[in-house]
Amino acid sequence: MTQSSFTGPPTPRGGAGHPMSRRSLLRGTAVGAGAVTLPALLTACGDGPGGNKNEVTVGSNASDAVPKKAFAAAFAAYEKQSDKKVKVNTTEHNEFQQNITRYLQGSPDNVFMWFAGYRMQYFAEKGLLIEISDVWKDFKGFSPALKEQSTHEGKQYFVPYYYYPWAVFHRKSLFEKQGYEQAENWDQFIALAKKMHKDGTPVAFCDKDGWPAMGTFDYINMRLNGYEFHKSLMAGEEAWTDQKVKKVFDLWRELMPYYQKGALGRTWEEAGQGLQQRKTAMAVFGMPHPGSQFPVNERDDIDFFPFPEIDPQFGRDAVEAPIDGFLVAKKSRNVEGAKDLLAWLGTAEAEDVYLKGDPNNVAVNDGADTAKYSPLQKKSAELVSKAKHISQFLDRDTRPDFAQTVMIKALQDFIDNPKDVDGLVNSIERQKKNIFST
Amino acid sequence: MPQKTARRAGRRATRRFTRRDIAVLGVLLGIPVLLDIVIVWGPALASVGLSFTSWDGIGDIHWVGGDNYENLVQDYPAFWPAVRHNLLWIAFLGLVATPFGLFLAVLIDRGIRFSRFYQSVLYMPVVLSLAVVGFMAQLLLGTDQGVVNTILNDPHDPVDWLGDSDINLWMMMLAASWRHTGYVMILYLAGLKSVDPALKEAAAIDGANERQTFFRVTLPTLRPVNVIVGVITVIEALRAFDIVYAVNKGRNGLELLSVLITDNIIGEASRIGFGSAIAVVLLGVSLGFIVTFLVQELRGAREK
Repeated sequence: MTQSSFTGPPTPRGGAGHPMSRRSLLRGTAVGAGAVTLPALLTACGDGPGGNKNEVTVGSNASDAVPKKAFAAAFAAYEKQSDKKVKVNTTEHNEFQQNITRYLQGSPDNVFMWFAGYRMQYFAEKGLLIEISDVWKDFKGFSPALKEQSTHEGKQYFVPYYYYPWAVFHRKSLFEKQGYEQAENWDQFIALAKKMHKDGTPVAFCDKDGWPAMGTFDYINMRLNGYEFHKSLMAGEEAWTDQKVKKVFDLWRELMPYYQKGALGRTWEEAGQGLQQRKTAMAVFGMPHPGSQFPVNERDDIDFFPFPEIDPQFGRDAVEAPIDGFLVAKKSRNVEGAKDLLAWLGTAEAEDVYLKGDPNNVAVNDGADTAKYSPLQKKSAELVSKAKHISQFLDRDTRPDFAQTVMIKALQDFIDNPKDVDGLVNSIERQKKNIFST
Repeated sequence: MPQKTARRAGRRATRRFTRRDIAVLGVLLGIPVLLDIVIVWGPALASVGLSFTSWDGIGDIHWVGGDNYENLVQDYPAFWPAVRHNLLWIAFLGLVATPFGLFLAVLIDRGIRFSRFYQSVLYMPVVLSLAVVGFMAQLLLGTDQGVVNTILNDPHDPVDWLGDSDINLWMMMLAASWRHTGYVMILYLAGLKSVDPALKEAAAIDGANERQTFFRVTLPTLRPVNVIVGVITVIEALRAFDIVYAVNKGRNGLELLSVLITDNIIGEASRIGFGSAIAVVLLGVSLGFIVTFLVQELRGAREK
């Protein structure tokens, strides 16, 4: 008994010993965790790089191989002629777009790549961009249309770098072989599409990505109702239930039977490859889309014609030609360096260097060297320089929330079921009111 | 001796915590509770709050009352399809994939030949993320270059597995089930292994056939596993996102509530108030399912 009462106490004490060691272990862990996280927190608060005035950082969305390399060449040329360094942070194209709002409010690079027009003006309006009118003063060779696309409320925020026109692209050789002729007006276009469909090479069409079909919508709208209507429709000032809009969908429906099937399951890359493999005969595309899907030695076979005329009153006076370029965020840490880089990027030489590496685009600056242009580039440059109006693209000419959450679904619904136009435009109009009222 | 053990036990039960114990307990319980509040309930309540506002993520937040909900229900064409798809997803996983997983578990548990092999093969997809399953589905079901259409070889009228809004959701649910079935199978397999064979023997002696034994004896003893599998099924169905996002960004027949939230809040759109309203709906649906399910199951367990 005494023994057991004697052995009694050690047991609890031993039991207490365990929690003790557990506690000290926990304490150790807590201190350890603090030691690990604290420096991380401190660096997160710190300035990091970017304070260095001799280095300019550039936020790039040019994640594809060809433009990425071409941009690297352009920045290397800048480094050579100035004594500054350029550090490029490339983000995947779509991801960059998805994150842009947070990117601009967080710690953006000194200079970043973005789009002209409404999509730039939206952020200028929100006060997230730095005005660069002083840089623009010394620019030469930009047309008034370009300046307009770079301007918000009389101030410039954007340096255009290159653009690419949208048109009807096709293989030259296929057209010759089949005796197809480029369409001048809508009737010819439908007749051509019908013939192609009969020949087993329909019109290429894709909208899995959500945006490619917007090009066709924009063009029918601008040809039928004019550029001014496009602009005010995109700005939310026109009703989508207007007869003019319904007519756009009605005309588009005429083309639908001659498209290749399964557009909603096809990416633009696949559609471009189909064109390259002669499975389809033509497509409404932007210039880099077929260009990047054709092997280099077949690129000379790519040709295009401007989207056909619908109402003679407007003819083919508008061209959809999205412009890409550079901007400075309000939170940029090296505005001086950024402006210096922008001043150089606005020159014709800077564009020459880039286009040498990426022949799928066209320079915006009149002074750029067009001697080395491919026939396709020459034709593109001519198309845009002759245009009376340059539109950007549906998702660049309107509010991002409207384009992303309303129009993508609306156009996909239309492709899925082209019959219910009334229901469609009513639905768009209701959502437009909700969005534009905020 | 019995007296002594009783006394010791009593002493142990009545011994008060020292201050130090209370402090330690407080910290150890407090940290998780705090984290739970900060990480889970804080954002959840913030979403509820934001759902009554209009905010683009940049400027000021405006109070708009129930406008977001009204727009959502009346004007947002993707909303009702998304709700329908989510419910269909729950039904499909719950009525097809989960029972099939149970079926496979029972088969394997009976010790058929190569059961280890089947077990590994069927469990394999579980290690893949749903986004990867989505990519695989694209390789298999692409319109122009997919494996299935290449085999079917009908270039003039190819089946648009992922683009046709009447069938793509079913394809996605099949792909998701492929993974879900293996998960459910493993859970049930573990449960079946722990069922006391004596119960089955007793049932057999009482003259129950195999079917009766399974439904009346085995399945009820699997109740704890059933609860877990049920909750997992509902959660998997409601959080389905990556697979449809990988395939077509959750558009054109693949709308899900989780995708709509992302589209509205995360993207360039930044309709944070509106997106929060959808998030609140999803929260409501989840809570509704999980709470009823748990209450039923736990009540059932108590009555046993």
